[in-house]
Amino acid sequence: MPRVATTLSLKDHLGTVGARTGLARNDYRVTPGLYCVGSPGADSPVLVSANYKLTFDALRQELADIDAWLLIIDSRGVNVWCAAGKGTFSCEEIAFQVRRCRLEELVSHRRLILPQLAANGVAAHRLKELCGFSGRFGPIFARDLPEYLLQGKASEEMRTVTFTLGERAVLVPLEICLVWKKLAFALPLFLLLSGIGPEPFALHGTLSRFAVLLAATLVALVAGAVLVPLLLPWVPCRRFWIKGLLVGAALCLPLLLALPELAMTEQVALVLWVGAGSSFMAMNFTGSTPYTSLSGVSQELRGGLIFQLSATFAAAVLWPLAAFLS
Amino acid sequence: MRHFRYLEDAAILRLDTDTCIGCGNCALVCPHRIFVLKEGKAEIIDRGACMECGACATNCPVGAIYVNPDDGCGCAAYIINSWIAKVRGKVPSGCGC
Repeated sequence: MPRVATTLSLKDHLGTVGARTGLARNDYRVTPGLYCVGSPGADSPVLVSANYKLTFDALRQELADIDAWLLIIDSRGVNVWCAAGKGTFSCEEIAFQVRRCRLEELVSHRRLILPQLAANGVAAHRLKELCGFSGRFGPIFARDLPEYLLQGKASEEMRTVTFTLGERAVLVPLEICLVWKKLAFALPLFLLLSGIGPEPFALHGTLSRFAVLLAATLVALVAGAVLVPLLLPWVPCRRFWIKGLLVGAALCLPLLLALPELAMTEQVALVLWVGAGSSFMAMNFTGSTPYTSLSGVSQELRGGLIFQLSATFAAAVLWPLAAFLS
Repeated sequence: MRHFRYLEDAAILRLDTDTCIGCGNCALVCPHRIFVLKEGKAEIIDRGACMECGACATNCPVGAIYVNPDDGCGCAAYIINSWIAKVRGKVPSGCGC
């Protein structure tokens, strides 16, 4: 029986950085099976969780003075909530691990404590007939487990999802890292669009215009992937694509002030590009929030994409056109 | 979560009060606390806060709750990838979440 540490080592912390930045993001699986913290006995609680590194770390860190069994199921290295939504964190998988680990030989009771956010994939009332153990939903966050184990029930607060500034901030590195690949594809296009002009691909002109385009793209990235997530509750409007557009437009002001030599057409092209880029990245952040419904996102997606595609197209036409006008 | 509201009328969520047996599972599991039990029946008190996670419907023992059954999460990248996959006639690759 592997007994796990309730504090994180340097290697664990490095792994967290890897998982949070998207470097080998999908390679953070914990071997499914039974683990323990402290010295659990036949009466000790059985906590069920996912085999994603960040989930496993969050769980064991909160169990410093507790004796408990940890039944880690195979959620394919995905967190509890997403895995439950995708159907991998399921009754069948829990029942399979219960039997595989011969849980009934280890504990005298027949109760499993499930994370509340597994409820979209686990019908707790079905577990009893599947594996002989009944499931009870514990709190949403592992940090509330000690209190839950003590009281035997979770408060309303423990059962409500939150999306605090800190919870949003840890998502930002991944939002940025997911953009790098797309940016690498865009760079040759930027170069092409900046090279078109009365003197095609003149070295100095092309490079300076390329640099301006790149700077505008980074401004869009800061607006859509950093500021919108951080300032989420304070940016007006509920649709994410408009949130992104508003923040992007606001950042255009300092951008244009920093580039006083630009012609009017170039300014318009940059504003359109920053607005479209920031709007798109903000819209993609819907996937990281705990409160956007699928129906809602589908609804705003149409309007958002129409704006983003037409603004990008207009910018791609205006940018080379400006070289001929000046 | 009071600071975060999304499109109020978007979510597809139906509760059949006649079928409901008042077990309270929906009220227990909802991460946005939009159900309460009143006189032995579940009641939706904040429909606009529903994010269609489906926890209530999954844990309703009598099938009294209907939530948008479309696969996937409320994630723009996922929906766009599904569209592209449909056009190319492939299985959606997901959004990486």
